[in-house]
Amino acid sequence: MFVIECPWCGPRDQSEFSCGGEAHISRPAERSDMSDEEWAEFVFMRTNAKGLFAERWNHAAGCRRWFNVLRNTSTDEILAVYRMGETPPDVSTGLPATPCGEAEIGSGNDAAKVMVEAADGTTNTRDTV
Amino acid sequence: MKDYSFLSLVREGLRGHTGWPRVWRHPEPKQSYDAIIIGGGGHGLATAYYLAKEHGMRDIAVLEKGWIGGGNAGRNTTVIRSNYLYDESAAIYDHALELWEGLGRELNFNIMMSHRGVLNLAHDEHEARDLIRRVEANRLNGVDAEWLDAEGVKAFCPVIEISKSARYPVVGGTLQRRGGVNRHDAVVWGYARAADRLGVDIIQQCEVTGISMKAGAVTGVETTRGTIRAPKVASVVAGHSSIVAAMAGLRLPIESHPLQALVSEPIKPVLPCVVMSNAVHVYCSQSDKGELVIGAGIDHHLSYTQRGSLNIIEEQMSAIIELFPIFSRLKMMRQWGGIVDVCPDASPIISKTPVKGFYINAGWGTGGWKATPGSGHVFAHTIVHDEPHPIAAPFALERFTSGALVAEHGAAAVAH
Repeated sequence: MFVIECPWCGPRDQSEFSCGGEAHISRPAERSDMSDEEWAEFVFMRTNAKGLFAERWNHAAGCRRWFNVLRNTSTDEILAVYRMGETPPDVSTGLPATPCGEAEIGSGNDAAKVMVEAADGTTNTRDTV
Repeated sequence: MKDYSFLSLVREGLRGHTGWPRVWRHPEPKQSYDAIIIGGGGHGLATAYYLAKEHGMRDIAVLEKGWIGGGNAGRNTTVIRSNYLYDESAAIYDHALELWEGLGRELNFNIMMSHRGVLNLAHDEHEARDLIRRVEANRLNGVDAEWLDAEGVKAFCPVIEISKSARYPVVGGTLQRRGGVNRHDAVVWGYARAADRLGVDIIQQCEVTGISMKAGAVTGVETTRGTIRAPKVASVVAGHSSIVAAMAGLRLPIESHPLQALVSEPIKPVLPCVVMSNAVHVYCSQSDKGELVIGAGIDHHLSYTQRGSLNIIEEQMSAIIELFPIFSRLKMMRQWGGIVDVCPDASPIISKTPVKGFYINAGWGTGGWKATPGSGHVFAHTIVHDEPHPIAAPFALERFTSGALVAEHGAAAVAH
């Protein structure tokens, strides 16, 4: 569960918010001559990033305003909160070493972590971190 | 390798169980295969098994980054049913259910299939009307379904609260008697053993890190254990579908969310069937160990962390107590999450792709377990013939361009 810092109300429990999905998808300006493929890309296709991800949240049970959140989806760490229309700030965070791998700290995927360490021949020390 | 039978059990019982062989091999990956399946879950292993058994393709590798059955195959609530509204969905889920019915015998592995019936409850007049419509649609598609009134529901599952003063009174429910539950590990192990016997290499602790392509066609995969060549590569990875597809330069209409489930302390047999409720949003069954197995809705944010939020579980618990006041003092023992890949229309993608020789089986969202054999069966056909199996055809990736969606959101029996 997250504590999300609403830009207007401050830190609040996640249950007060609703998630609006991927941010920075703008509605195409020239719509009349768009192909079906271009519409499919706009309407349906998503990045679904593992790692850095910009998303929209709405403080539904609070001020009811929208804002953007930059989050690491491999650990759920919230890295930045910024307002609608702003560009995402530069942040750094621990990312998985491989595309489908797990971050060093903060991943819930213990099975994959143990597997990585077994392959290295080292003992599992990360759980104590 | 020996078949399991009553005789072999007696023989090994007398020998102190010292003679059981390893159930599958742990081979080193070869340099090339005829086909590579990415993902050693239920769907991936079923795909490999049907490729080998039905299509005579034996030179196959299943690559799994963790251990087989350690992802969503080991995290779901094992509910089996096929009472979907639309023709396309009914076709694939009932195809799967027919395969489930004979699967234990076919794999020579006890998958503990229990056709105990699946109840879907209606809590108001409109929901009742929708569910009755679904019963009729199911019957037209040859899927067994019946409508029970509140007393009928109570007679079939006596612990349900049906009083008119309940917050969500039960006005009736649909029943699919062929539905039920089975044992997730046994299915994974049964498929793995059967595929291994047909020569399939099951390679665990081998994560795919890239897909090699040349002139728009697949040539193999890069893995944490080296390069493996193959003219056909099939991705069956659930939560990470978008990540693997991106390795082949493809974008998918999928978002990955945590889905949680939990089990209670074990109690004596009390819940004789699977109970699902759309309005209070919970589904529940009792395992053979006596634990209540309870699932709910997804967390609405995107995540790959295999853990969900507490408020979702709180809603889940309040829903279960609403339906079954008798469970109000049960302690919950374990809780876990899996990452489900959800499509905008809540239907799967079983498809060829613009990359020649690259196939995807993805987007099963919250309901993939029940489809495991059917999914593997039609996907194997799609891979071998480079043409979709007739049952798989409506689930092609192109539907997001053509607009021919199979919109099972909410129509399936439980809102996702």
